[in-house]
Amino acid sequence: MKISGAQMVCEAIIAEGAKYVFGYPGGAIMNVYDEIYKQNGFEHILTRHEQAAVHAADAYARVSGEVGVAMVTSGPGFTNAVTGLATAYMDSIPMVVISGQIPVSLIGTDGFQEVDAVGISRPCTKHNYLVKSIEDLPRILKEAFYIARSGRPGPVLVDIPKDITSEIAEFKYPDSVNIPTYKPSYNGNNRQIKKAVEAILQAKKPLLYIGGGAVLSNAYEIIREFAKVTGIPAVETLMARGVMGDSNELHIGMPGMHGNYASNMAMSETDLLISLGARFDDRVTGKLSEFAKYADIIHIDIDPANIGKIVDVDYPIVGDVRIVVGKMLDALKDKVNKERYQVWRDLLKRYNEVHPLTYQDSDEVIKPQWVVERIGELVGEDATVTSDVGQHQMWAAQFFPFSRPRQWVNSGGLGTMGFGLPAALGAKMADPSKTVINITGDGSILMNIQELVTAAENGIAVVNVMLNNHFLGMVRQWQTFFYEKRYSETDLSYQPNWKMLTEACGGVGYDVTTKEEFDEALKDAIKQNKVAFINVAVDRFENVLPMVPAGGALYNMMLEYKER
Amino acid sequence: MQKVRRVISVIVQNEAQVLARVSGLFAGRGYNIDSLTVATIPNSDMSHMTIVTRGSSRVMEQIIKQLHKLIPVYKVIEHDSMVEKEMVLVKFPIQKGENIAAIQALFEAYNGGIVNASEEVLIAMAADESHRINHCIDASQVFSPSEIVRSGVVAMER
Repeated sequence: MKISGAQMVCEAIIAEGAKYVFGYPGGAIMNVYDEIYKQNGFEHILTRHEQAAVHAADAYARVSGEVGVAMVTSGPGFTNAVTGLATAYMDSIPMVVISGQIPVSLIGTDGFQEVDAVGISRPCTKHNYLVKSIEDLPRILKEAFYIARSGRPGPVLVDIPKDITSEIAEFKYPDSVNIPTYKPSYNGNNRQIKKAVEAILQAKKPLLYIGGGAVLSNAYEIIREFAKVTGIPAVETLMARGVMGDSNELHIGMPGMHGNYASNMAMSETDLLISLGARFDDRVTGKLSEFAKYADIIHIDIDPANIGKIVDVDYPIVGDVRIVVGKMLDALKDKVNKERYQVWRDLLKRYNEVHPLTYQDSDEVIKPQWVVERIGELVGEDATVTSDVGQHQMWAAQFFPFSRPRQWVNSGGLGTMGFGLPAALGAKMADPSKTVINITGDGSILMNIQELVTAAENGIAVVNVMLNNHFLGMVRQWQTFFYEKRYSETDLSYQPNWKMLTEACGGVGYDVTTKEEFDEALKDAIKQNKVAFINVAVDRFENVLPMVPAGGALYNMMLEYKER
Repeated sequence: MQKVRRVISVIVQNEAQVLARVSGLFAGRGYNIDSLTVATIPNSDMSHMTIVTRGSSRVMEQIIKQLHKLIPVYKVIEHDSMVEKEMVLVKFPIQKGENIAAIQALFEAYNGGIVNASEEVLIAMAADESHRINHCIDASQVFSPSEIVRSGVVAMER
């Protein structure tokens, strides 16, 4: 069958089973958009900014587990997409981004809307391609999807010059991929697994340290089973919230800079740290020389480069978390004695009783933590929660009662402000049965506010809950703690009229200053079948606590802030 | 942390961008490459890169893992026991031909000789281990070389 390059792109997207493409057209990608117009194998969602298209595709992938697809044009279309690529790269999200490029013969001549897309995206993609010949296109498209979803997932960019998409050639979409230089290993070395199992049986205070890889490998069931059978308590990172389920008594909390006391003490006191798809991020470890000082470390990761990158590892296991944990469980099942770790479990439970995650509620002003808790009470399991980046993100991670993986969507690695709203759109498309709540802040939301229009146009009913403290809150918090309250450029008191702004875009807006108003607004917003925006005036100076100051040891938490 | 000289061989798919992908790993971490040679492997679609660099062992371990992770990288070899050779070309101005014999003798001592001569200049070549090439260049200073070009190291596992 002879078809154009543009048709090949559409055929590949359909063959890969993608239901949605998020994108924005432009000169160099017009041939493909012409074919998108003619086909009905997938739906295209027109965002109002390329960055938002990529975030939406990213969140679609996070919630559905499928490869997200985004499409942009050359030059500025592509550069706008870079933040989205980097965000997905840091969080290992499977995604294929297709960008237009100026015709092959013009590449390198400073042509209109030309930019070296593969050069710019090289450090923030898992792999990228510049298609130089139509003969390569079917193979490259096949490889792009395969590379995005296999091994440690990640975004792949396919940059296609305009003359390639108009050229006509024989098309047969390959059935399989053969990349001799790329063979991810999934199974884990059995000898290493055996050693790790021995170490677990010897340990007195073992701890599961669950990371985003556990979500990506769909390992939550086996991990919950593993914890249940062995009685080993678990902490889960920002990227892994929901894996254990917060009601699980073996779930201790989230460790790290804004982790709870018990989790950070567990990390500090464990004698065997079992890392399941976590990567020892600096926000989790705190001061490295004090991190898990008394522990041997089992590190299970599909990416060998993660192992030994930050800390020295005693039991390195390269493999898929789901498979390796399954093997470990088989080996442990009949040998493990849950009672062995009882003292340890009791200790951690005691820590959580003495220093629970908490805040001082108020009758005068709404506390941001209360809002998050309240969303949890009113929506709970029915919610998919997306967030932007900052204080509200930490409060959401701390106080929302997560019950399942893929319920929580946030930019953990790159920390991209402006992620939340487009992510909410992608999350809603991926699972329309859920109520999507975007917990956002008055700083982040304006970075992709134009997506209210996309949501309104397409009837994507997501509820934005903005914790409005009229500050760039997290930076303000650091200025309070570490910069003697010099609030340099963080006062966001000048604001748009949020309700009017939302309504101007075709959504429904609410201004909330009391708890009662919030309840009413949230209930009403969920009933509306359109994009909603609840502006919640919260305590301006509330801080995210506990806090491990950057570079400090995990066990040295600031549990409360005292004015000096 | 102590920086140690490392010789790394990287077998890669011979395709566009691959050199940039490899060198980008070094550049993005602020590490310099002392020398780098690339050539295709006969009868294959692969190329062989030899990279000489310096770094602490943790850094090198990470770079090697990251190299492995690049999709077009087939194999990374880092071995203490490598046969290493490097070539140098040195250009000398000729003044009445008085030094030709001495230059020839010097370069023959380093597995080379005179490879090109014209009325004004002659070009000598040496092929040897890197530190011996250093010696050769030092020794040739007395003849006032006008240009020196080193090839960078090529290495093979013993």
